[in-house]
Amino acid sequence: METKEHSSSRWLVVVVIIALAAFPWAATALGQEFYIGFVRRVLIFSLAATSLNFILGYGGMVALGHAGFVGIGAYAVVILVDAGVTSALVLWTVGMLAAALGAAAIGAISLRTRGVYFIMITLAFAQMLYYVFVSLRTYGGDDGYTLQTRPNLPFGLDGGGESALYWVVLAMVVVVLWAYSRAIDSRFGHALTGIRDNETRMSALGYPVYRLRLVAFTLAGGAAGMAGAMLATHNGYVGPGLMHWTQSATILIMVVLGGTGRRWGGAIGAAVWLLLEEAFKLGTEYWHMPLGLLLIAVALYAPRGVSAMFSSTGAKAWFAARGKAS
Amino acid sequence: MVRSARESVVTTTSFRQPMLRVDGLVKRFGGFLATDQVSLDVCAGEVHALIGPNGAGKTTLVNQLSGLLAPDAGRIELDGVELTFLPAHRRVAAGLSRCFQLTSVFRQSTVLDNLLMAVQAHAGSSFSLFRPRSAEAALRDGAVALAEQLGLETLLDRIAGALPHATQRQLDVALALAAKPKLLLLDEPMAGMGPDESERMVELIDSLRHRMAILLVEHDMDAVFKLANRITVLVYGRVLTTGSAEEIRNHPQVQEVYLGSEEHESATVHTPARAGT
Repeated sequence: METKEHSSSRWLVVVVIIALAAFPWAATALGQEFYIGFVRRVLIFSLAATSLNFILGYGGMVALGHAGFVGIGAYAVVILVDAGVTSALVLWTVGMLAAALGAAAIGAISLRTRGVYFIMITLAFAQMLYYVFVSLRTYGGDDGYTLQTRPNLPFGLDGGGESALYWVVLAMVVVVLWAYSRAIDSRFGHALTGIRDNETRMSALGYPVYRLRLVAFTLAGGAAGMAGAMLATHNGYVGPGLMHWTQSATILIMVVLGGTGRRWGGAIGAAVWLLLEEAFKLGTEYWHMPLGLLLIAVALYAPRGVSAMFSSTGAKAWFAARGKAS
Repeated sequence: MVRSARESVVTTTSFRQPMLRVDGLVKRFGGFLATDQVSLDVCAGEVHALIGPNGAGKTTLVNQLSGLLAPDAGRIELDGVELTFLPAHRRVAAGLSRCFQLTSVFRQSTVLDNLLMAVQAHAGSSFSLFRPRSAEAALRDGAVALAEQLGLETLLDRIAGALPHATQRQLDVALALAAKPKLLLLDEPMAGMGPDESERMVELIDSLRHRMAILLVEHDMDAVFKLANRITVLVYGRVLTTGSAEEIRNHPQVQEVYLGSEEHESATVHTPARAGT
């Protein structure tokens, strides 16, 4: 059953990647270049949300400090740019490694706790990071830091403008999400879901539960850091607001909206959330209101997230439930 | 026929080397002594039963042996390796495997996935992030072999949580056996089972005894007297006595504190039936 679903969804994934790759040409042809930047932002948040889904949906770790790792990645870019580094590839790699290191340190302490305590301690660490960067005057403190020039893209793509950065971001996101998808089906991914479902049994089976969790947490932090580094490049600006706890909550909401523990839940959730935010902003200044209502609707009627409705079994169950209700 | 084989085991175990050696174990919860200077040993090929009234500290002791609780004093040794301060997962690697009083399986997964999880734990590193697990035929073979061993091979595609209680128990034992343990800890395996199901669990445990040492915590006295080579009675966290089934049955203090008049009757009723076979 799983393999059949997998092969059909594999084709869908290929189609989506091709469509995304072709998007800048379509947008340019239609005179809607603004949306190249918008979809780029969606891609970056897809990466951040997916990394959270890895530990939250598959690992059962409800972390409320994920924006902290996005922030570490972004500030790594700021610090290196300030020191004169210009290669985007170097900046992003360091951003990823710095966030992974931060995640390893924070995880090493946080993962000794469970449940509500884990939520609180990850939140607390992210807020500590937030205040550290608020008080760091060298890098703009409260005001943030503006990158004067865009970092150099790899493969000689510098002349390409908005589309070039878009394609590089797309390529990076696709590679990381592909690795993530492989990881889910690997021994490691299975062990992670086992710990989520029955931690005591996993430990009694001989699994090094703490170490498995810590590795997952570190990997997720690294991917979030890469998202942060790309976001810094995308915005040309980094402020401490990026790691405020409300940002962590937004990423968490994206995952829940898309479907926790579903392969593309994070990516779909990020896309749906940002699209709706954009759409509501066009219509009203009070765009928080309809988004809030939508969240309540999701919690009530699609608790397994939007992506659960896309899978064949999920859709059937959804319609069956509708049929029963009416 | 099976029974006569068992009798022969009973007579030879006294010459064996202890596989598990517990020495002076102490565990306090605040001012309460849950485990009070407990010493016992379990030999290879032996079923050693641990009995005692509710609150005697049986599960506390099992949790210390398996590493879920840290003892305050004492020493735990398995096949010459000290386990006292090893984390739970390292004890499994050393050869100590356990089942849970409340059945502990992966309820949302299929029987096959449950078994795969157990086999994977003992077949190389779980830090492999890139290769799909479904591509590893050896893991699947191991899981199927385990299923056949316990008569679960027709249930591989069933969701574990939807199986009857007794079958989930069997699966729980299967998960523990994947480690190929030197010592198996069984925490009330007959709990909540009907007489037929209990009888099947007794047969299962009996079929395992030649391959490992078994420490059996159990309330079902019929099962204990059928299986145990030796019995240790725990009262208020303390070892009251250790001895053969016969010695325990006739021990005056055991009858007084543990068996009680009612249960004692059921035990004596059982004795002639056993002698008759």
